[in-house]
Order: sequence, then C-alpha cells, then structure tokens
Amino acid sequence: MNHRSERIEVASDQDVVRVRQLVRTVAVAVKLSLVDQTKLVTAASELARNTLVYGGGGSVEISRVDNGRRQGIRIVFADRGPGIADLELALTDGYTTGGGLGLGLSGARRLVDEFDIETAVGQGTSITVTKWCR
Amino acid sequence: MDRVPILKIGDILLVSIQIDMEDQVALQLQEDLAERIVATGSHGVIIDISALDIVDSFVGRTLATIASISRVLDAETVVVGMRPAVAITLVELGLSLPGIRTALNVELGMELLARTRTEAEGDSDPEEEAETPAVPAS
Repeated sequence: MNHRSERIEVASDQDVVRVRQLVRTVAVAVKLSLVDQTKLVTAASELARNTLVYGGGGSVEISRVDNGRRQGIRIVFADRGPGIADLELALTDGYTTGGGLGLGLSGARRLVDEFDIETAVGQGTSITVTKWCR
Repeated sequence: MDRVPILKIGDILLVSIQIDMEDQVALQLQEDLAERIVATGSHGVIIDISALDIVDSFVGRTLATIASISRVLDAETVVVGMRPAVAITLVELGLSLPGIRTALNVELGMELLARTRTEAEGDSDPEEEAETPAVPAS
C-alpha cells in the first residue's frame, strides 16, 4: 500500500531542517489541514533531533499511506544508537537525559495519530508515526 | 551558517526571524542578542516569529532563554506574530512558554514595551506616577 517514499540521512542540524521541509511538502500534497501539517512537522522536528542528538544520527523515511478510507503520512525515524533503557520513563513529560525540556518524545506522541516505538539497548531505536487526513 | 539580523529602532531591538533556523542559528541569535542589548543599552526586545511555520521545543526553549537573559540585562522581551496553528501545536506539545510576554504583532508589542517601561519608571518615582492618569484615555 505504500507508495513514493523518500529517505533522508540525518547527520547534522541541517538535515533536521531538511526533514522538516520534506515533511511539510508531503503533508501539503496529502492535503492535511494547516493545523495537522503544523503538528506533524513539529513532531518530525522533535524526533529527527532525537535521532541526531541521542541516536548519534540515523535516517528518516517519509511515505504516503492509504488505508482505503483515508490518506496519510507515515514517518520512520531509525538510529543505531544506545537505545532507550526505560521506555516508560523516556515517554514521561519533563524527563530528559540531554539537558532539553524533556518534551520531545512525549510531546511528539501527542501530536500524531499513531506512534510506535521499538528500541533495544545497544542496538538502536526506531520510531514510526502516522498522521491521517480527517 | 545563516545569521538572524538584529535591528535597533529607537530604544528597542527588533528581531524578525525569516528562516527555518538550524539549532546552531538559534543559539547564535541568543548570544548576538545578549551582546547587542549590552552594547546599545536597549530596554526592550521584540522577536517577530510571524514567518515561522513551526516552533518546536528547541526554538521554544531558546525563546524562553532569550527572555530570561534579556531580563537579567534590564530588557523586556516580547514575542510577537505567532501563527494560530503554531500556538495550538505548542500547547499540545506541552510548551506554554512561561515567562514569555506575547503580543499579536510588532505594533502591539511596541505598545506593550512602552507601557511596561512607563510602569517601571513610575514605580521608582511615586510623584511621576501620581501625574499619570489611572485609566488611559482611549
């Protein structure tokens, strides 16, 4: 069911900006509402930064999806970093190991429709988010 | 690396963010602004974010830090021009920008700064305060 996916390697601040811009372009193409575009791009910015800062870099794959009833966007953020030891803690508002506000992961989850996370200590983290058109 | 320009208009420094900032650009702005406040003795900073289509937690935190640094340097910061979709997203993200004053546009931001300054001067000089009408004529 997936069609047209694009992939960006995330290794610098500049790549995080590119992720934001590409997600915006696809969100417009899928005709997400302005508020939903803004939410998705913001979530993507948080997660791409996590990929860079905590995962030591990785990749972001953006694809258009269709479940037969609605169109949407699915984004996968993958890194081969240290992984997350305590997932429940990491998803708590205000918890951070990086000196940030601790809103990246928990906040991003609130901004999307579907949020899946797979992580293994020492192997990396993969986060998949989906936003559907209303 | 891009740099965000800082304009001096009278007693106020005006920053209009027109680009999708890399994190380093935001941090550079924080430093540049602190230096310009001290160099110019400005008492007010207006940050116009009307061109930003998102504000994530990093930019939000940078704005809050700029406001704190400015306050320590005797300058008030007003963030102006936030888009409605950005406001909705920020609140849902969990970021309510505590300690940041906001206004809808640059003009209202300048009015807010002028009012704040008058009040602050009034506090240190009770006689002057007595001359100021309690209800502003509108």
